[in-house]
Amino acid sequence: MADVTMRIWRGDANGGNFETFTLAQNEGEVVLDVIHRIQATEAPDLACRWNCKAGKCGSCSAEINGKPRLMCMTRMDQLPEGEVTVTPMKTFPIIRDLVTDVSFNYVQAQKVPALLPPPMPERGYVMFQEDVERGQEFRKCIECFMCQDVCHVIRDHEENKEHYSGPRFFIRYAELEMHPLDTNDRRHLLREEMGLGYCNITKCCTEVCPEHIHITDNAIIPLKERVVDAAYDPVAWLGRKIRRKHNRTADEAAVQPAP
Amino acid sequence: MSTTYEHHDYDVLIIGAGGAGLRAAIEAKQRGLKVGIVTKSLLGKAHTVMAEGGMAAAMGNVYPEDNWMVHFRDTMRGGKYLNNYRMAELHAKEAPDRVWELEQWGALFDRTKEGKILQRDFGGHRYARLAHVGDRTGLELIRTLQQKVVSMGIDVFMELKVLKLVHDESGRVAGCVGYWRASGEFVTFAAKAVILATGGAGKSWKFTSNSWEGTGDGHAMALWAGAQLIDMECIQFHPTGMVWPLSVRGLLVTEGVRGDGGVLRNSNGERFMFNYVADMFRAETADSEDEADKWYDDHAAGRRPPELLPRDEVARAINSEVKAGRGSPHGGVFLDIASRRSPEFIRRRLPSMYHQFMELAGVDITSEPMEIGPTCHYIMGGVKVDAETEATLAPGLFAAGEVAGGMHGANRLGGNSLSDLIVFGRRAGMGAADYIESGQAATSLDEGEVEAAVKDALAPFDRSSGENPYDIQRDLQEMMQANVGIIRTQSELEFAAGELDKFTERVKNIAVKGGRAYNPGWNLTTDLPAMITVCKCVTKGATLRKESRGGHTREDFPKADPEFAKFNFAHSSKGGNWDSPIETVESPLLTMPDDLKALLEEDH
Repeated sequence: MADVTMRIWRGDANGGNFETFTLAQNEGEVVLDVIHRIQATEAPDLACRWNCKAGKCGSCSAEINGKPRLMCMTRMDQLPEGEVTVTPMKTFPIIRDLVTDVSFNYVQAQKVPALLPPPMPERGYVMFQEDVERGQEFRKCIECFMCQDVCHVIRDHEENKEHYSGPRFFIRYAELEMHPLDTNDRRHLLREEMGLGYCNITKCCTEVCPEHIHITDNAIIPLKERVVDAAYDPVAWLGRKIRRKHNRTADEAAVQPAP
Repeated sequence: MSTTYEHHDYDVLIIGAGGAGLRAAIEAKQRGLKVGIVTKSLLGKAHTVMAEGGMAAAMGNVYPEDNWMVHFRDTMRGGKYLNNYRMAELHAKEAPDRVWELEQWGALFDRTKEGKILQRDFGGHRYARLAHVGDRTGLELIRTLQQKVVSMGIDVFMELKVLKLVHDESGRVAGCVGYWRASGEFVTFAAKAVILATGGAGKSWKFTSNSWEGTGDGHAMALWAGAQLIDMECIQFHPTGMVWPLSVRGLLVTEGVRGDGGVLRNSNGERFMFNYVADMFRAETADSEDEADKWYDDHAAGRRPPELLPRDEVARAINSEVKAGRGSPHGGVFLDIASRRSPEFIRRRLPSMYHQFMELAGVDITSEPMEIGPTCHYIMGGVKVDAETEATLAPGLFAAGEVAGGMHGANRLGGNSLSDLIVFGRRAGMGAADYIESGQAATSLDEGEVEAAVKDALAPFDRSSGENPYDIQRDLQEMMQANVGIIRTQSELEFAAGELDKFTERVKNIAVKGGRAYNPGWNLTTDLPAMITVCKCVTKGATLRKESRGGHTREDFPKADPEFAKFNFAHSSKGGNWDSPIETVESPLLTMPDDLKALLEEDH
């Protein structure tokens, strides 16, 4: 087989540049295999993050020829001929080479008010397949964070990160809001603090999702509808006036049932 | 404590953030303790995510006649009676509650028509017993526990590699020393109790389903710290790993394929497993295709198909078929579900297998068979623990999950691993809390030990020329695959022992290129001492166990020998350094009470 040329970004927070490696191509290899061969020979200090090499853990996200991909699930023979360019995810700060600091996502995870179910009956809850299926779609998420990487709201606007949880967490909120057992209410939080309104449904997140989760159609749009209903529905508005339901913070929502 | 390094204090420090580590953390936190978790990867990426088929728990949702006693019996038979019976008993009794508990924390399992948790068939389990979510059950487990841990505000140190456990002046385990992968800076932790939940060691074999993390760090650190390792020769080669393309050789294909109706065929199209039914399983295994096929719909209508024998039996059979020249083009056999189930059924029940084969091999499993072969998957052996508390023989040190030994005996049943994590993860958290409350806990770190570990870790930077750690890793994997693989023999084991001594010397001559910040070459260099230590124990145990049992098969001793069913081989370190000699003794099995013995003999 012909040789393959890899153009890999190398550097750290202070800057860097592309380094080019040319090596033999082997049958059936994915991009991560080639990176591993470079590590094992020419550049043992080439930093890349990976774990399962089976598309199940979401560790090896990078931008291949400018597009967010899992390196372990991208076959070399399915890329266009010519140089293959590999760069780190743009939305997150660089640690080294292809490794980025994804701690933004772990901070967002801490803000999500937990599931609040009723007490469990003796031999488990009764839930039906059709009721759990909606949530199951979102729980396929492997946290590769490529949807976060590609989202314009934070990709080009660092300042938005403070008040925007991003598509990965919108599906987490959707999963909880649609959970058959949940008694929490996160709608106000989504509108006021998690920036749901910033999303202008361009569906870039859905396009890059390696798990083929319908992030926009099945999570974000239904969430937007629920949030809008809660905020602007005149009947709901009147109901709130009468019941004086107060707006809860994430911390309160995490420990208290909805009033 | 000196102020040289970043330092943290905890009541309970947990090393490893897979299922066992996270479950232990939840338990210890609920006891009001200050808990920290250290993981060498990001949170949520642990090897647990790769578990596919499900977690075994005798809830009786599909077959009401299932109960803990049948599960206990299946586990002991699967383990060829080398198990710590008390662990198998606790596991069988407690697994259902641990699974139900996950639902309170947000897990969404597949359901029965009545709205209960659906349970699936797996090898060696008499009844459909595995709670599951399609073929991504491990992801569901890790995400549920991860989200619970985050909601409880437990501290998690991500991408921090632990080098060594550290004692206090009286010899109790008192913490550890490690480094941040991002910066290469060292960190020390002092803790009243340390729980190891570091997973397995399969990365020392060439064809493995394990990720880079499976380097046996916890096994080795426990040994160095004064604990014992048992049953290290018992390694599970999962019968169904991918064999092609070469770059994904070893990647796991879930046993759920067979549980859901998939069968194994050789190049003649024969369902060869009918020719490999051991006497021990003959009474409960179908003897015709017709009988086996009835069983899938109704377990009372026929006996189970031989494709669902325990993994050790199936892996050996595949190995024999390939050796006899009846293998597939790439050196495996065929796993066929396409001719037996509808494409819709396959895509719904096995979505990630469908994608895995489609994307990596260009094979559509709804229309063609898969090529599969054995892959190094799981180590039954591990740190010897007390069944109730998971305390090791090193005071202050606890272990749970794959790093602990005893639960699975000589061979683990599929589905018993995820349940193991949550049953014994919880118990380790309780054990550590009780130990701390009893007031015996350690108070200070031995600074000499910290300095020695740091010096060892930095030495490869001082050498201007030397070996590339990747060369050593590759050679080690090839050597172990060739000589301490699925079928073993005295001469090869003796050769392996000699080679491992050479690897020890080669590691001392590694030169690391580049700096300390996120340097994978350096990280691998710090993994190699653990890998070699584990390989030495495996090889020693395999040499001494002159019989075949479960995940240990000797060509020169092909039968099980009842004399060897009375003890485990237990290894300990003489010196506590990674290159110290290892002493191996026979450690008698616990004596099983008569009422449990009766369960094993009963024909359920």
